[in-house]
Amino acid sequence: MELEGLLAYLVSLAIMASIYAVFCLGLNIQWGYTGLFNIGIAGFFCLGAYTSALITTSMPRGIYAHYVRQLFGLGLPFPFGLIGAALICGLVAFLIGIPTLRLREDYLAIATIGIAETFRLVFNNEGWLANGPRGLMGLPQPLQGVVPPEYYNYFYLAVVFCVMWAVYVAIERAIRSPWGRVLKAIREDEISAAMSGKDVFLFKMQSLVLGSMIMGIGGALYAHYTRAISPDVFTPLYGTFIIWVMLMAGGSGNNRGAILGAFLIWGIWTGTKFLTDLLPYTMKARAPYIRFLIVGILLEFILLYRPQGILGEEKRVSRFLDEG
Amino acid sequence: MMLELFVYGIVLGSIIALGAIGLTLVYGILRFANFAHGDLMTAGAYVGLFLVSSLFPLIGIPREPLGPFSFGWRMVAAFPVAMAAVSGIAILLDRLIYRRLRQKGSSAVILAISALGASLIVRMVVLILWGGDYRSFFPGVLRPAMELPFGVKIRPDQVLIIGVAALLMVSLYLFLHYTKTGKAMRATADNMELARISGIRTERIVLWTWAIGGALAAAGGVLYGIDVQIHPGMGWNFLLPLFAAAILGGIGKVHGALIGGLVIGVLQQLSTAWLLPTYKPAVAFIGMIIILLVRPQGIFGGETGGT
Amino acid sequence: MSLLVVEGVRAGYNEEVDILQGVSLRVEPGQIVAIIGPNGAGKSTLLKTVFGILRPKEGRIVFDGEEIGGLPPEVIVRKGMSYVPQVRNVFPSLTVQENLEMGAFVREDDYRGRLEEIYQVFPDLREKRHQKVGRLSGGQRQMVAMGRALMLDPKLLLLDEPSAGLAPSAVSAVFDRIMEINRRGVAILIVEQNAKEALRLSNYGYVLTMGRNALEGPGEELLRDEEVGRLYLGRG
Repeated sequence: MELEGLLAYLVSLAIMASIYAVFCLGLNIQWGYTGLFNIGIAGFFCLGAYTSALITTSMPRGIYAHYVRQLFGLGLPFPFGLIGAALICGLVAFLIGIPTLRLREDYLAIATIGIAETFRLVFNNEGWLANGPRGLMGLPQPLQGVVPPEYYNYFYLAVVFCVMWAVYVAIERAIRSPWGRVLKAIREDEISAAMSGKDVFLFKMQSLVLGSMIMGIGGALYAHYTRAISPDVFTPLYGTFIIWVMLMAGGSGNNRGAILGAFLIWGIWTGTKFLTDLLPYTMKARAPYIRFLIVGILLEFILLYRPQGILGEEKRVSRFLDEG
Repeated sequence: MMLELFVYGIVLGSIIALGAIGLTLVYGILRFANFAHGDLMTAGAYVGLFLVSSLFPLIGIPREPLGPFSFGWRMVAAFPVAMAAVSGIAILLDRLIYRRLRQKGSSAVILAISALGASLIVRMVVLILWGGDYRSFFPGVLRPAMELPFGVKIRPDQVLIIGVAALLMVSLYLFLHYTKTGKAMRATADNMELARISGIRTERIVLWTWAIGGALAAAGGVLYGIDVQIHPGMGWNFLLPLFAAAILGGIGKVHGALIGGLVIGVLQQLSTAWLLPTYKPAVAFIGMIIILLVRPQGIFGGETGGT
Repeated sequence: MSLLVVEGVRAGYNEEVDILQGVSLRVEPGQIVAIIGPNGAGKSTLLKTVFGILRPKEGRIVFDGEEIGGLPPEVIVRKGMSYVPQVRNVFPSLTVQENLEMGAFVREDDYRGRLEEIYQVFPDLREKRHQKVGRLSGGQRQMVAMGRALMLDPKLLLLDEPSAGLAPSAVSAVFDRIMEINRRGVAILIVEQNAKEALRLSNYGYVLTMGRNALEGPGEELLRDEEVGRLYLGRG
């Protein structure tokens, strides 16, 4: 591969990895710091992507109205899409949290699967919402008229990187605050935390909402990168499972681990794509399954032999300890 | 029309009950939410497919359908073999993965994540070996429906499904209440520490639990394939109904999972009068949320779902 | 030869902390031996260590001439020792009879004769034998718990606070049954908060404080002892 092709390839790899890193950071707040077992990430992935899509595209007019149906289309610029995705996801997370946050961990997990499935089914079957199974295409990208197409991906990589970095800094700040310490106490021993007078439910809700907002941002970033979304993109595998593997691999309870895990696992995932070339022709269609099988086995090895991930949990949780 | 849907609901519910019973048995003894249980059903269906389409033709078992049913001796022979095979797969997963994590003292969440991983592994193996298409056990074989009173049409296959499921559940009941091992299983589910204190070898009980859970899941998967079709994602689609049924009946209670399975099956089929059939998992999910809000310990009072 | 010898045992629930700091006691065949002392002294921990639920870090435990320190409960129960925990000591969703059957799980023989004997010791249980134990009263549950432990014909029965949480009428019934069990030849090592009752029926007693032996002596002597009376028997 010539240098330019290789570079373009690495850039697209980095963009996807960074987008996934944003998801991992969101999951890390919910699971790594608060112990909420959320296996419905795909639901917020889907919701964030669609919300941003609907906010940034205009309602189809003329002949397009025959082919594309959507609930609304505001035609607003990219930042509004990001913010809108975050707000809607946060709101929905809040509504979902009311009945489900008091449940025990494994029950909460099943509830989150159900929510993600329901979202996917609704987006798939209710054509009036966002064009059903055909999905939405031609999503706008920020400054797409201004930056030349051949360099566009570099620009978008910079955008995604900035967002990821901003999220990272914000979370690091929040975690070092008293709020973050309470989250950690809840994860360690919920009963003691409750008995010391903290409203556990409130903290869990805040963690759920904040994490979901970040996932919504991730979904929006994804939508504007791929420029086309449809319900079958947001499967449990690509939308939930792979993110869990990333966080477990990198180190749950550690924001740097979240980012590391995303890059590492996405690197392994795309790396195995070369496996496809090695397979005989008849088996090529089955390559993604072999690759996912490898990811699944990798997860089991991580859980058995290094459940804390590569970086393990962060030790310091107080900025006073750092400065003292 | 509604009555017909209700009857189909009993058929579907019997299949869900088979899976839910296995799920609730495992949960009762290991306190472990087995997210791979649906994929054990898939494994059973595909082992059945392999036997019926590849292996048994080789050894000369005839393919002619028996009586009014869509299947013949191949399926009759394949059924117990598939159950035994998935018992083996379930035990293997426990030995390789879950037991080691238990011995390390891993938390319930780590175990659940490992089950997600196991479900993925099983599903991918099926996809690699058979691809993603929908398959029938007996392509091209149609069997006309019988007509029951009140204009309800039901295929003989479906009547048999209810019968086989009922037979399996009665057998399980007899096993749990009239054999030493069965009683020891119920005792271990009640109080594992006391079971050990009494000298019961609880590791062996765990093996029995996986064997029975796997066998029942396989039965459910094969029966579902006889009724409809099989595809690699079928088990994952069953996951929500299985959990909904087990929780509805009271997690850990076998008779609860039975009733819960039937209720969820009926609810799902009745919902098709108003909603698209693809929404069935969502119906199960909504039902489960309602139960968790209203009576989290389920009908028969298992553990509560609260913290 | 003593039935049970415990010598210098150290044990705890985790690596760092030792609850038992070198405890010793003896039980002779057919004796009732009581262990009393304040909360947190390690009385329950001692029983759990003898029965193998906890591993002793130091010291010896010899039962019927055999070293059993470090063996797990499933093995020890087959050697003629049974244990009744303080809480969660029955199978609530099983019937009375099924609970007793579980007690006999390791027996290969026909144990119906033994079942009969147990019903003679606990006549109330006979009429309730097909009821689920979860529905019985506290006192009846304690009877089931002890009956389960007796199904294997043990030489030594470990009882952890059998009167805990019971109404006074049930307490006297329970202690009454304990005497009956002992009359039939079973040695008993009993841990009790209710020190007065425990010392009254026992041949010998040990007072445990902070994981160590404090006092010991024949049951009646300890009952009359002033210090024991002040600390544990409620006398001013």
